[in-house]
Amino acid sequence: MSRTKLLFLQVMVAVVALAIWHVGSTVPVGAAANGKPVFLLPPFFFSTPWDVIKRVATMFIEGSVYKHLMITLIEALLAFAIGASSGVLIGFWFARKPLVAAVFDPYIKMMNALPRVVLAPIFALWFGLGIWSKVWLGVTLVFFIVFFNVYQGVREVSPVVLANGRMLGMNERQLLRHVYWPAALSWVFSSLHTSVGFAVVGAVVGEYLGSSAGLGYLIHQAEGVFDVTGVFAGMVILMIFVMLIDLIVTAIEKPLLVWRPGETKTV
Amino acid sequence: MAEAQPAVSLNGVSVAYGLAGGGRYEAVQPVDVSVADGEFVAILGPTGCGKSTLLNIAAGLMPPSSGESVIFGQKLAGLNTVAGYLFQQDALMPWKTSRDNVAIGLEVRGMARREALALADGFLKKVGLASFGDRYPHQLSGGQRKRVALAQVLVREPKILLMDEPFGPLDAQTRLIMSELLLDLWQADRKAVMFVTHDLDEAIALSDRVLVMSAGPSSKIIGDFTIPLKRPRDIAEVRSEPEFHRLHSQIWNCLRDEVRKTYGLSDKGLADKNGSAA
Repeated sequence: MSRTKLLFLQVMVAVVALAIWHVGSTVPVGAAANGKPVFLLPPFFFSTPWDVIKRVATMFIEGSVYKHLMITLIEALLAFAIGASSGVLIGFWFARKPLVAAVFDPYIKMMNALPRVVLAPIFALWFGLGIWSKVWLGVTLVFFIVFFNVYQGVREVSPVVLANGRMLGMNERQLLRHVYWPAALSWVFSSLHTSVGFAVVGAVVGEYLGSSAGLGYLIHQAEGVFDVTGVFAGMVILMIFVMLIDLIVTAIEKPLLVWRPGETKTV
Repeated sequence: MAEAQPAVSLNGVSVAYGLAGGGRYEAVQPVDVSVADGEFVAILGPTGCGKSTLLNIAAGLMPPSSGESVIFGQKLAGLNTVAGYLFQQDALMPWKTSRDNVAIGLEVRGMARREALALADGFLKKVGLASFGDRYPHQLSGGQRKRVALAQVLVREPKILLMDEPFGPLDAQTRLIMSELLLDLWQADRKAVMFVTHDLDEAIALSDRVLVMSAGPSSKIIGDFTIPLKRPRDIAEVRSEPEFHRLHSQIWNCLRDEVRKTYGLSDKGLADKNGSAA
């Protein structure tokens, strides 16, 4: 399928969804006993697409949203950086030291099974209502994804490639650098989209549960006053934000994973 | 061969594995294998006879259950550092380009990267891949990857070449080309070669001596044939020589029962089991 056709179909999905929303929330399907029009999607609960678009535009034009975007971005970036680097280090360590891995295995599983939302209040208590409680919430999400991927990646290094490395005269340190490390990194990159996404989720959920700035705070504020248009506007901005980050991740990983099969296409 | 110092000498090497339910599985009975310096020895046997295991022992990748391997008069402890190993499976690092794959064996030795890359380019040229240096393994065909692997091994100038059915996964035409290439390169500076294969034609065409192993378990060496075909050889032509056919039927007689045994076709005794021509 050609790129333009695909793009057209993708846009059509959005157009149809918006059209249904628009018609449902602006065209009355009847009138109630007191003469008020009845909508399939009452604007009080669903707002209208046009109102949401106007609100988003206003937020950007007035510039009130940039501060919140910046805060969420910083939180997500910090969560990703800390979570990914600790995940790589500990994943590597566990994979190379089976005893350590065996000892910690049940605890890692337990901690990973814990829904992170329950941690948010504790983190707020420990780290305050500033950015750090959100950062650590994101870290608990990102860490496990990267950790499991690196652990898997290092353990599943092809034994033949490893034997070849040894026969080519590599010592342990060189094996680490030329065989284990690239193998593990490729797994990190393959989970990059998920882990970056989770960094944002951690930041927003943290903000939502208690903060004074950020996209999650915006949405929470709007919900507090039944401002459905504000909630949807916040969600739209959040979606655009995540999409942009995803595009950047794709652009970063492409040159780093050229050696991966499946990249070549006939022309 | 009665040289003072064989390149590889496996003395009474046996291999046994502990089974999961207790007990012992003897894969290879104590065998003696000797490869002189500059000699091309093929180890031939049915699948699962433990020939690759012998190679791994000579490489120092695994220790024997008993016996020892002696490399140029030195008892092997740990990895065999003077040997190059060509694996049956893909062993290139998929995250490195061809030239980086070839150069890495020199770089880990401490050679400057520039110098290593220059040598790598030279060897890629020798194996006919001069313009493929910047390709990643997945962008190469199976035969091309094998050639990069060959360059990767040869660039380090090992004194011993260990090859584990290196051309096994390739198609017939590519195998022929690869065999020719291997012989050409080997002819230039004869190293000791231990070449494991299950292909009789390949074994005769390439080597100076063919060792035949019996079917596993408890396999042993049941034949030692000298291949007196002249060198340098033309792989395609050598196959039409009468001498080639004589050797072929002689070795096949020795091998046939073993091959049948692996497939449970025959249990009859090894009539020609000592049919050694050496």
